[in-house]
Amino acid sequence: MRLLALWAIPFATALVVLGAPVFRGRRVPVALLLVVAGAHLAVVASLWIVPTVPVFGGWLDVDPLGLTVLTITSVLFLVTAIYIVGHVRRDPPRSGRVFAGGLLAFLAAATVVALAHHLAVLWVGMEATTLAVAPLVFLRRDRRSLEATWKYLVVSSVGIALALLGTFFLASAQGGAGRPLLLPDLIAHARELHPAWLRAAFLFLLVGFGTKMGLAPMHTWKPDTYGEAPSLVSGLMAGVLTTCAFLGIARVTEVVAAAGLASFAQPVLLAFGLLSLAVAATFIIGQGDVKRLLAYSSVEHMGLLVLGLGLGGVGAYGTMLHLVNNSLAKGWMFLITGNIVLATGSATAGANRGLIRTLPASATLLVLGLFAVTGSPPFGLFLSEFTIVRAAIDGGHPWIAAVTLAALAIIFVGMAALILGIVLGEPPPAPTGERAPGAVKESSWLVVGPVALAAIVLMLGVYIPGPLQEMLTRAAMALGGRGP
Amino acid sequence: MRDAAQIVLLLIVLSDLAILGTSRLSSCIRGLAAQGVLLGLLPVLIAPQLSIHAVSLALGTMIVKAVVLPWFLAWAIREAAVRREIEPIVGFIASQLLGALAVGLAFAIASRLPLPALPQPLLVPVSLATLMIGFIVLTTRRKALVQVVGYLILENGIYLFGLTQTESVPFLIELGVLLDVFVGVFIMGIVVFHINREFDSLDATRLTELTD
Repeated sequence: MRLLALWAIPFATALVVLGAPVFRGRRVPVALLLVVAGAHLAVVASLWIVPTVPVFGGWLDVDPLGLTVLTITSVLFLVTAIYIVGHVRRDPPRSGRVFAGGLLAFLAAATVVALAHHLAVLWVGMEATTLAVAPLVFLRRDRRSLEATWKYLVVSSVGIALALLGTFFLASAQGGAGRPLLLPDLIAHARELHPAWLRAAFLFLLVGFGTKMGLAPMHTWKPDTYGEAPSLVSGLMAGVLTTCAFLGIARVTEVVAAAGLASFAQPVLLAFGLLSLAVAATFIIGQGDVKRLLAYSSVEHMGLLVLGLGLGGVGAYGTMLHLVNNSLAKGWMFLITGNIVLATGSATAGANRGLIRTLPASATLLVLGLFAVTGSPPFGLFLSEFTIVRAAIDGGHPWIAAVTLAALAIIFVGMAALILGIVLGEPPPAPTGERAPGAVKESSWLVVGPVALAAIVLMLGVYIPGPLQEMLTRAAMALGGRGP
Repeated sequence: MRDAAQIVLLLIVLSDLAILGTSRLSSCIRGLAAQGVLLGLLPVLIAPQLSIHAVSLALGTMIVKAVVLPWFLAWAIREAAVRREIEPIVGFIASQLLGALAVGLAFAIASRLPLPALPQPLLVPVSLATLMIGFIVLTTRRKALVQVVGYLILENGIYLFGLTQTESVPFLIELGVLLDVFVGVFIMGIVVFHINREFDSLDATRLTELTD
């Protein structure tokens, strides 16, 4: 029942918002968004306490991996909904119903992905997340957002089409058995799957969902899309959409690990991970736009996720922890960037120097976020990145650890150069006759969400609650790894 | 039924090649609609006996792939007053040759695949050929609208492969896949419409403002 309500309520609300004449115009039904987001989080919280039974003949179910992704989705969506209250007062979107309807449809689709235990249902949900987000990227309706939307649609649609082919390959791997593609069933009979088809399925699903995740070299849409989409949409994409796409890869990895083909999958995952780190490190140096910078940072973190998965052992636990940390930190950073864009209309370095004087609260959170995202102690990302590097050393790959650390160092320098330059830099001289801009009072709606996310990321670096640690450990074990 | 299915599959390859060779947008879309009809016939032709599942899949496919989407794309051309030529990056003859090469390659690959006994052995090579030809259209045509057609052909190829796995992917999910494709093309069509308005052209290669 709860599993049905979790996706059906946002979905039905999205349809009502898109269809009912009451919601025409620029007004955004913020109260509705808040109620749905709050109810969603309440139901998700209840899943942590009281277990439930699968619905639709096992198509939707809850497991540690899915529940982790679902919780991330729900928390980030609620924080974004709170932020939206402050945001639409300052900058109402062109169309309130497309904005709210798209967000709610996205929540519904992401929920289906997190709950899906039938791999074709997973695909349907994943494609739906792409489609729900596209109108949100296009919200400004100018040339640049048009170009970004087109690139995003074409690249992700082709990527996700390959993932559908991979899903059918997985069905072919069952031979003539013709069983449904249910995850528990696939894992139980993994050793009977045809290895050649299973390998092909793994590669196609990795490339397909990897495109949606933004792994290099399929990341090309990412800087353009994150750069042009409204910041809060970029935040949901970097925090939730990539996490959902990672879940797709994690699912097929579960099957491959159960089939005893981990030795085939691991080098491929490592290669994608290291390449993503290298690409991010190359392009982060000299970036002049905070949103594009964060997009490359997202490529880096996606790389770390598959790296941990490829290393196995304690690396899988590191990946699960990093999944949580990265989503929350990306949500935090993009929402703060949204505040900057609200103030100056741009996220570039040129327009924003001297931020500490104009937006003191946001500037402080941006600098803290810089340290969090680059994996500095005491934030949670330090712990998860440290765990992944430790897995590389324990697994006898010191050179992977060395390359990773080198990339992280370069990325830290590149990000710090831009962000510290913006926050502490000398503001451009005010035109004659105008007063130099003083500090703007920042709406608490726009700050409370990022502060909450920052507090969680900080807490995860110091103390991981017992139930969360247990959940992540169980998820890591499902991926063929182990707990800390 | 088996022979009929074989003929339909061969016609699908021909429609692929026809789309590659045409220089006019309208015939390109007509080719896509014809392919939609052929795809809609297949679930009925390859099913061992007539089932509700096969018939409803056939109906759903025909409605979406043979009627609604081609009609929508034709509407977009009319509304946007697009010039009717396709403007390929690779010439028509060259792309048809590429297409023929893809068909050959598809048969060569399919003969090596470890496949279980299928109701229709041509299904897999035709699926792979359609997939590759969709990819060729997607990458060698300038107009954003023709790239959407390429994406649809690619998707048709995957649909054909899916027909080998009807037991594993139940009807409801196939409907979901179809719905996703439909909404996807719908959104792409709207974006194409706006590209035409903003840039006075559907040329996707003009989208070059965003770079590092």
